[in-house]
Parts: sequence; C-alpha cells; structure tokens
Amino acid sequence: MSHVHVSNIGRIWKVFGILSAVTIVEVILGIAKPDFLYMTDFLGMNLLNWIFYALTIYKAYYIVWAFMHIEGEASSLRSSVVYPVIFLILYLLFILLTEGHYIFEVFKNSSIKWNF
Amino acid sequence: MESTVTTATSGEKIWGGDNEPMGANYGKLMMWFFIVSDALTFSGFLAAYGFSRFKFIETWPIADEVFTHFPFFHGVDAPMYYVALMTFILIFSSVTMVLAVDAGHQMKKDKVVLYMFLTILGGAIFVGSQAWEWKNFIKGEYGAVETKGGSLLQFVDKEGKRVALADFASSANAGREQLTKSKGMWFMSEAPLASYSVAQVQAGFKANPELLVRTEVITKDKKKTVLSRAQSEAMLTDAHYVVEGANLVRNEYGSKLFANFFFFITGFHGFHVFSGVIINVIIFFNVLVGTYEKRKSYEMVEKVGLYWHFVDLVWVFVFTVFYLA
Repeated sequence: MSHVHVSNIGRIWKVFGILSAVTIVEVILGIAKPDFLYMTDFLGMNLLNWIFYALTIYKAYYIVWAFMHIEGEASSLRSSVVYPVIFLILYLLFILLTEGHYIFEVFKNSSIKWNF
Repeated sequence: MESTVTTATSGEKIWGGDNEPMGANYGKLMMWFFIVSDALTFSGFLAAYGFSRFKFIETWPIADEVFTHFPFFHGVDAPMYYVALMTFILIFSSVTMVLAVDAGHQMKKDKVVLYMFLTILGGAIFVGSQAWEWKNFIKGEYGAVETKGGSLLQFVDKEGKRVALADFASSANAGREQLTKSKGMWFMSEAPLASYSVAQVQAGFKANPELLVRTEVITKDKKKTVLSRAQSEAMLTDAHYVVEGANLVRNEYGSKLFANFFFFITGFHGFHVFSGVIINVIIFFNVLVGTYEKRKSYEMVEKVGLYWHFVDLVWVFVFTVFYLA
C-alpha cells in the first residue's frame, strides 16, 4: 500500500446525498414531464431526455470517482480505464444512432408499407 | 507523459517481478479492466436498444404507460415510483459497500461484517424487486390485438383511457378448448391459448360503441394515435392474434423489440446483481472466519466492492434508458 488510508465517511454520505437528490429530481421531472422540455426537440431527442442523460452521467461520475474511488488511483490507471470507455461508447452511439435514424427515414419515405 | 510512463522514474525494479504497474496490485488492476470490458458489453446492448428505438421512433412504446405498478396498490397508476425505490435500494447498498471497504482499511472486522451484510441484503431485495417487475411485465394489464400486418392495436374509451380486453370481450361462443397432450392424438399439444379469441374481441368491440382503437403511431403532440370509430372497426377486421402480457415473440405494449430488449438488458443486469450477491456472500464468510484479518489486508473486500459499484453504475443507465427517457 503506497498511500495512507484516511477515513472517507464524510465524503461517502455527501455523495449518497447527491445521488439521492439527483434521482429524486429525475423522478419528479419524469412524472411531471413539463411541456416546454418534453415537446421541444433538439438533435433527435427532446430536451427532457437530454436532461435525463446529463444527470445520469453526473451520477455515473460520482459513482466511479467516489465509490469506486478512482480518484485515489494512479493517474495512469485512471486514464487507461476512463478514456477508452468514453471514446468507444461515443463512437458506438454515433454510428448506431445515425444508422438507426437513417433506416427510419428509409422506411418512412419508401413505397413499402410496413406497419398496418 | 505522466499517464504513459509509470515506473521508469521511480527507481523501481521493472523486470524482476513484484512491481505493481499503475500502482495497483494484480487483482485490482484486472478487476478494473474486467469492468472496462463489461461496461463496453452493456454499452453495446444499450446502444443496440437506441438503434432500434431510433429505427422505430414513431411507434415505440411510451415507458410510463408500461411500468405503472407498485406493491399493494392495485389499480393505482404509479409510474416510476417502484423503480425509483429500486434505484435507491441499489445506491444505498453501494454506500454500505463503500463503508465496508472504508472499515476494512481501518482493519475493523466487526464493521466490515455489518456493512457487508447490509450490502448483501440490499442486493437480495433488488433482485427480488426485479423479479416482481418482470412478473407484472409478463402478465400484462390490458391486452391487445395484433393485425395481419404485424402492428398492435390497443383499446381505449372516449376519454382515451385504456380498456382491458376482459372488460369488453364477448364471452359468448367461448372459442375452442386448449389442446393438451392428454386430449390430442399422437400426444399433440399447442401453445397456451389466449383468454379470448379474436372473434370474441371483435364481437365485444361491436357491442360497445364507445370503444376506440389506439395504434402504435405517435402523433405530433407525442401521444398514441386514436382512430375514429369507423376506422377502428375497419382496422379490427384485420386482427389475427390476441396478445396478453409479454413474451419473447410479442408483447401488448407495442414494438416487438421492446420486450426483447427489456428482458435481455434487465435480465443481464439482474444476473450481474445475482452473481454480485453470491460473490459478496463468499467474501462475507471469508471476513467472518478472519481470512483477511490474518492476511492483514482487506483488499479483497475492495475488489468485490468495485464489481458491486459497477453493477450500481449500470443500473443508473438502465434506469434512465428504460424508465425515464
């Protein structure tokens, strides 16, 4: 063990508070579904969903950094875990969602009737 | 450079063994890289879900119409509350896990035992909740009808409220009897029959003039299309199959892929939780018999902790993708 362990209990409860608060906000938004967010589309998704995904990534950050304690690891370990995952996921999402949208357009604009 | 050069400047022996690349020992490092690969597996599934959803963006089911149950509150429309509760249970078991790791660093065995026990309890409650969630999903609530073209028709009243097949399907001419091995020739049998035949649904629809058909197509104001009575009757003549609940072939909620993805992704996640509970139990007993006390290190608890937090991390995304967005 290279580093001395100090107790993190204060930080753990603080992070639990943040994660709970964010989840509660998500559920409230999901039930209320405010029209000005839900009906406004931006880049293929409505604003409400963008908020949900942003809050999810915010939660994910706290789980990985505080609970999995990657903040305490060597920066080389941190980089080799976090960057490949982020890059590959963004790449995969971009490819698949673009393709999905393209197929949607093909179905919609073609002369084939598929849903009847 | 700091992220690529790890040991050259530290004066450590690089080739003689006993060194720890990136400052983590073998087990912990491999747990991290297992998590990387597992994260990419889940990303593949969720991205495939996104692909299919974008492909059928105009006909995909609306999530808060699907998951509306809460234990002991029958018939109460409670979207999301139960999964929100499940999310809390899992986050809280993550907290007790990290508290166990923290207690391990201070070599406090009794506290590690207590917190690991609470973690296992939380995990078990979560798996149980997921089973209940699946039960409701499989059983279904309203029932629907599939047309020859493969699209799904649901039933609503004048106000647009959903109506269950059981509320209007005609009981006259109760269809035919289930063919079972004991009744058929040559031990023939068939898939379970739906509670109502297509003809019964059509007759019941005719007898209730206030009923309308709702299709899968989402309109401009982000609601499902409700047909006029004349259109509904015309559409219903194309019906060929009664759908109740969900299975891997069809489901009463809408797009066939929806149930497949639900079963596969939440099932795969549930399997991770289940194996996490098993691994936690093993480590729990090791703690109890004092294995790590003798080893003078509770790092094993930290390693299973990493896995357990990862399961929580995945659930945060599954929660958003299936229940919120």
